[in-house]
Amino acid sequence: MSQKIYVSADSSALSLGAERVAVAIAKEAQQRGVEIEIIRNGSRGMYWLEPLVEVGTPAGRVAYGPVQANVVKSLFDSNFTEGGTHPLSLGLTEELPYFKRQTRLTFARVGITDPISLQDYLDNEGYKGLMNALRMDQANIVKAVTDSGLRGRGGAAFPTGIKWNTVLNTPSDQKYIICNADEGDSGTFSDRMIMEGDPFVLIEGMTIAGIAVGATQGYIYLRVEYPHAHKTLNAAIEKAYQAGYLGADIQGSGKHFDLEVRLGAGAYVCGEETSLMESLEGKRGLVRFKPPLPAIKGLFGKPTVVNNVISLASVPIILDKGGDYYRDFGLGRSRGTLPLQLAGNIKHPGLVEVAFGMTLRELLYDFGGGSATGRPIRAVQVGGPLGAYMPESQFDTPLDYEAFAAIWTVLGHGGVVVFDDTVNMAEMARYSMEFCAVESCGKCTPCRIGSTRGVEVIEDIINGRELVKNVALLRDLCNTLLNGSLCALGGMTPYPVLSALNHFSEDFGIDENAEAA
Amino acid sequence: MTERDNMHSIVQEITERFKAKPGPLLPVLHAVQDALGFVPAECVPDIASALNLSRAEVHGVISFYHYFRETPPGKHTIHLCRAESCQAMGAKQLEVHVKSRLGIDYHETTADGSFSLEPVYCLGNCACSPAMQIDHDIYGRITAETFDEIVNELGESA
Ligand SMILES: Cc1cc2nc3c(=O)[nH]c(=O)nc-3n(C[C@H](O)[C@H](O)[C@H](O)COP(=O)(O)O)c2cc1C
Ligand code: SF4
Ligand code: FES
Repeated sequence: MSQKIYVSADSSALSLGAERVAVAIAKEAQQRGVEIEIIRNGSRGMYWLEPLVEVGTPAGRVAYGPVQANVVKSLFDSNFTEGGTHPLSLGLTEELPYFKRQTRLTFARVGITDPISLQDYLDNEGYKGLMNALRMDQANIVKAVTDSGLRGRGGAAFPTGIKWNTVLNTPSDQKYIICNADEGDSGTFSDRMIMEGDPFVLIEGMTIAGIAVGATQGYIYLRVEYPHAHKTLNAAIEKAYQAGYLGADIQGSGKHFDLEVRLGAGAYVCGEETSLMESLEGKRGLVRFKPPLPAIKGLFGKPTVVNNVISLASVPIILDKGGDYYRDFGLGRSRGTLPLQLAGNIKHPGLVEVAFGMTLRELLYDFGGGSATGRPIRAVQVGGPLGAYMPESQFDTPLDYEAFAAIWTVLGHGGVVVFDDTVNMAEMARYSMEFCAVESCGKCTPCRIGSTRGVEVIEDIINGRELVKNVALLRDLCNTLLNGSLCALGGMTPYPVLSALNHFSEDFGIDENAEAA
Repeated sequence: MTERDNMHSIVQEITERFKAKPGPLLPVLHAVQDALGFVPAECVPDIASALNLSRAEVHGVISFYHYFRETPPGKHTIHLCRAESCQAMGAKQLEVHVKSRLGIDYHETTADGSFSLEPVYCLGNCACSPAMQIDHDIYGRITAETFDEIVNELGESA
């Protein structure tokens, strides 16, 4: 039997040279006459160890990393295909503390299976949720999701079951399921990892959603920046059709669900659900007024479920193991697990799926290992470009929607971007305003024009011009944005700006006396 | 066949292929840009009439989305990430280097037509910051040195 070697085809692994490593391993094996089978899996999410090479052994998978093509010969010299030791040996992958300490529910198969092998998916508990759903009535499927306590992982944390229930109870000749795969938040990559590492779990989740609410057409709105995810999704969708998991008569149930991937075109605001629907309809991505809710009048005016990738990819396990199983993880009103993404200046960047409730400090130090540069961590932006900057004094906050909201911060899509003490927070605030100006859809004046004004005001502050007046002006502008914006792009840009100003006022040239004045 | 006839036939083939889909405009624009490298202004009337839209609507959509371009790109397009995670790992210094190495600013193309430079706000490669994409290939943990190596290699094959 040929030895199985795993080299990830995840785009971050590729960005570090995984393709060259896979090619080098294949070539060397051939030259030495060693029989191997290379499997291009998703990433385990331990990106400081990528390109990671794993070898299947009777004791489990043994890991080596980070591997570059020029060490492949020496790996063979160490007999790595039998799990031999080498300076890059990491031992059993699943015993690595970073991995072992996680609770992988949504990411159960990512990094383990061959992403586009339907057989691998089925062999690893795939499609069990759908098979259960096919035996249930629609209201009970929705109830399982409601009971699980699952809240939208795209940012707003709205209860998924309640949204589905509205669509279920809105009669229509046509309904839609949209997967929001725009993943525009900087510092986030969990959607990408699912789509590249376990696309079938998303397809299954969307199929269950379609059956639950009576929608026969699904769209995955994917950002154009993800060409690898695009290829993987299309390959998996084709296989699902061939095997009768998509199409007119799903597994002989008479249920119908079609699925198609549509590409975005580099507009951050198109991650906002109504802008996304405009875009899918072929228009400019202008945000719509609500009501009507998309669940009642959504895509092409029809009732539509819009859910994030992670929300939908969490549905199969809920239907497989039950709402209670999922609900038993987490605390308070934050149930289940959250796939956090550690990025920026951090020693151990990667994906950390844990139950809600761990503190930010544990995440940063126990998982992240502190900053990459070895300098003190000064600021952490949680929740994407519209999330607040948190200073050290807030690191003991538990990762929980309500605990974050209570201190005017957000968990959002779970992105955590770390900065060391060389960061200039006034510059970061300026950047947030600039980002808002670049990405504004233009519908609201404060967002369209106020953001450009905001950039100028912060530049004046940075240059020390009329500090007191300009700081007051900036606060005013932020208030206008907070109150006069149709969506969170304008409405939440004040989070990073004001948190930077409030927690790191020294970077704005403000000393205590000026603040008091 | 002239280049212009060729372009018309490409656009016609594309609009035929997507016309029946609900909301066909973005798929059409993507296919046109994939085929031609950009969406030339001369295509707009063809696209508009094939999809039953006004020219203003089509033009409005092209200009709304950062990804669609109305001018021809260089042989390679570099998307350099400007977003927070990459900034935390030195993207600003890298940006200065990239611009001076190429001798261009964002939204410009080098005089020899080899490279176009575009900003991007996150590539989902934040665990390997700073990041960039060249055509369909993604790169992580880039330094000034590795950037030069990559660009030299691509430049030679240009
Ligand atoms: C400016 C803006 C950008 C957004 N970008 C995304 C995104 O990229 N992905 C996403 O899932 N949700 C995004 N959202 C949130 C969506 O509007 C919506 O709440 C979400 O897709 C609903 O799915 P969920 O309930 O599963 O989270 C964005 C919202 C705003 C205001
Ligand atoms: S806040 Fe900005 S992005 Fe949102 S709807 Fe208004 S103008 Fe558009
Ligand atoms: S912030 Fe640069 S890749 Fe995400």
